[in-house]
Amino acid sequence: MSIFIDENTRLVVQGITGRDGSFHARQMIEYGTRVVAGVTPGKGGQSFDDSVPVFNTVAEAVEQTGANASVIYVPAAFASSAIFESADAGIDLIVCITEGVPVADMMTALPYVREKGARLIGPNCPGLIAPGIGKIGILPGQIVAPGPVGIVSRSGTLTYEVIFQLTRHGIGQSTCVGIGGDPLIGTDFVDCLEAFEADPNTGAVAMIGEIGGTDEQVAAAFVRDHMTKPVVGFIAGQTAPPGRRMGHAGAIISGSEGTAAEKMAAFRECGIAVAERPADLVGLIETRLQD
Amino acid sequence: MNIHEYQAKEILRAHGVPVPPGEVATTPDEAGRIADSIGGMVVVKAQVHAGGRGKAGGVKLADDAADARAKAEAILGMEIKGLTVEKVLITPAEEIDTEAYLGIVMDRGSQSDVIMVSSEGGIDIEEVAASNPEAIHKLPVDARYGLLPHQASALAYALYDDPKLARQAARIISQLYAAYRAAGCTLAEINPLISTPAGEVKAIDAKMNIDDNALFRLPDVEAMRDESAEDPSELKAREAGLSYIQLDGDVGCCVNGAGLAMATMDLVKHYGGEPANFLDIGGSSNPDKVVTAFEIITSDPNVKSILFNIFGGITRCDDVANGIVEATRRIDVGLPIAIRLTGTNEELAVEILKDNGFEAMTDMDEVVKRAVALAAGSSS
Repeated sequence: MSIFIDENTRLVVQGITGRDGSFHARQMIEYGTRVVAGVTPGKGGQSFDDSVPVFNTVAEAVEQTGANASVIYVPAAFASSAIFESADAGIDLIVCITEGVPVADMMTALPYVREKGARLIGPNCPGLIAPGIGKIGILPGQIVAPGPVGIVSRSGTLTYEVIFQLTRHGIGQSTCVGIGGDPLIGTDFVDCLEAFEADPNTGAVAMIGEIGGTDEQVAAAFVRDHMTKPVVGFIAGQTAPPGRRMGHAGAIISGSEGTAAEKMAAFRECGIAVAERPADLVGLIETRLQD
Repeated sequence: MNIHEYQAKEILRAHGVPVPPGEVATTPDEAGRIADSIGGMVVVKAQVHAGGRGKAGGVKLADDAADARAKAEAILGMEIKGLTVEKVLITPAEEIDTEAYLGIVMDRGSQSDVIMVSSEGGIDIEEVAASNPEAIHKLPVDARYGLLPHQASALAYALYDDPKLARQAARIISQLYAAYRAAGCTLAEINPLISTPAGEVKAIDAKMNIDDNALFRLPDVEAMRDESAEDPSELKAREAGLSYIQLDGDVGCCVNGAGLAMATMDLVKHYGGEPANFLDIGGSSNPDKVVTAFEIITSDPNVKSILFNIFGGITRCDDVANGIVEATRRIDVGLPIAIRLTGTNEELAVEILKDNGFEAMTDMDEVVKRAVALAAGSSS
């Protein structure tokens, strides 16, 4: 089992004929994901790599292929429109990889997605992977292994680093979710923690946060109040100076909210073991899986 | 992106907000001439991208043109929070009856823009929020409908009992919201919003932060970028599609991905070193980007070693390896380099580096320890 993605996931790739979309569509197919359709307006009727039908609209793709999940690789200027389109077509899971989406666009897209009953992951995220089952997004398939650890993270490559270290030490993962580094995102830590708690194949969770905002503090309180499974954590940005944007639009410390020290303290107070280094997560997870 | 007070006021004026006239001077003489044309008492205000200008002595009242010239001479060239003042705004001194706060900020928690008003304006709103939170009225706006007239009115009556003032304030709140949306803001503040003895409500200070991701469709706002107010290295990085922030340490860091870059800096500190910078070379990194990264890192005289930590996903390790080789050919780096590459095309990258006399490591902790030791002058 896994969260958000399983054997019934039928994926449509929005922007399948673009540079990133085509590269990652192939990677996802190679990993075993059921990519049932692609969408590029104006290229409807074509076939991608002679195997995946391309449609002009997501609605057509859903109607003709039964797609229930979508992944978005379109440029930032059109990303929110792609999200609206997917939600409108009845897609259940929308994963937006695109970075640089204006926050004003997300302000209107997020309530729309919610009203349609869909789940959005991202934007500006690496997507998710359930080892041995499938992947949606850009997480490299070769570094994961099936196993009991659920991973939820705001980062991209830092997530890969943690997965890599776990796999190297023989610890596999149930699902790895990159929720994205932007200030406004569709799925947050709590959504993922809730799903991991309910997933019978997840035995422990690693939560990887960053400076900026208070999502980690909220997640810590959720762990304390609602989770029985062990959770370990890491926060990036302990050396970051206040008031500066560290690459991610979300990674900025303002006022008294959002420092790494504050978040690490919140984790500890709520019973979440905190790793000083990414490598320490391995030992923390190992002991908790043995208990 | 930050813009200056005078630029924020231009945007507000364009949306109908009553803002007193004002002009920008870059020399004391110019300041004197502007003050002369305004007539009477004026305020000379430093235009820098920093808060707390008043406390730092960057805002002064002047009695007449000669005094404005003198005040401008004192303020121009002064440093406020590490930023040199290059421009001053000259604006008439207003008669003030009351001072209120009006602001709009993008709020992650409620996933909406939140309008805040407080009748306790003119001072740090953070202090009011901490000491007297009930004094701030907040309203989350549903972006799909925008700010509705009754909402603006309710906020306005929270500020003023006098309907004559409240009606003006309601109009200003709606105009500020329109300006916020039109300029792609993540923050817009009028502090203070004053009322005058004559019964007028006016904005006498303004601050705006712009969402960088929205600038591609806002050329008029992008044109307000003040490159002289930016760090030259950070500017060069941005133009090359890199994200760079200079710090005080001596281990130059070059990493792909913001989260991994921050974690790498933390690890440098963990092993007793000090990171010289944050640098994210981003996703698909062509060799040219890596060369620019080298140029930026080596332009910081404090740097004693260079640390590469690359986890290839979209980024191909061989691209980075080629960039490292190319950079060391083109520029005289003159510093020891510690390299770690893992992921996409790792084997190819290791070959390229080996052929050019570099050693590549595979473990993040090991490479950081190495870079810290190199910066400390040991070759181990």
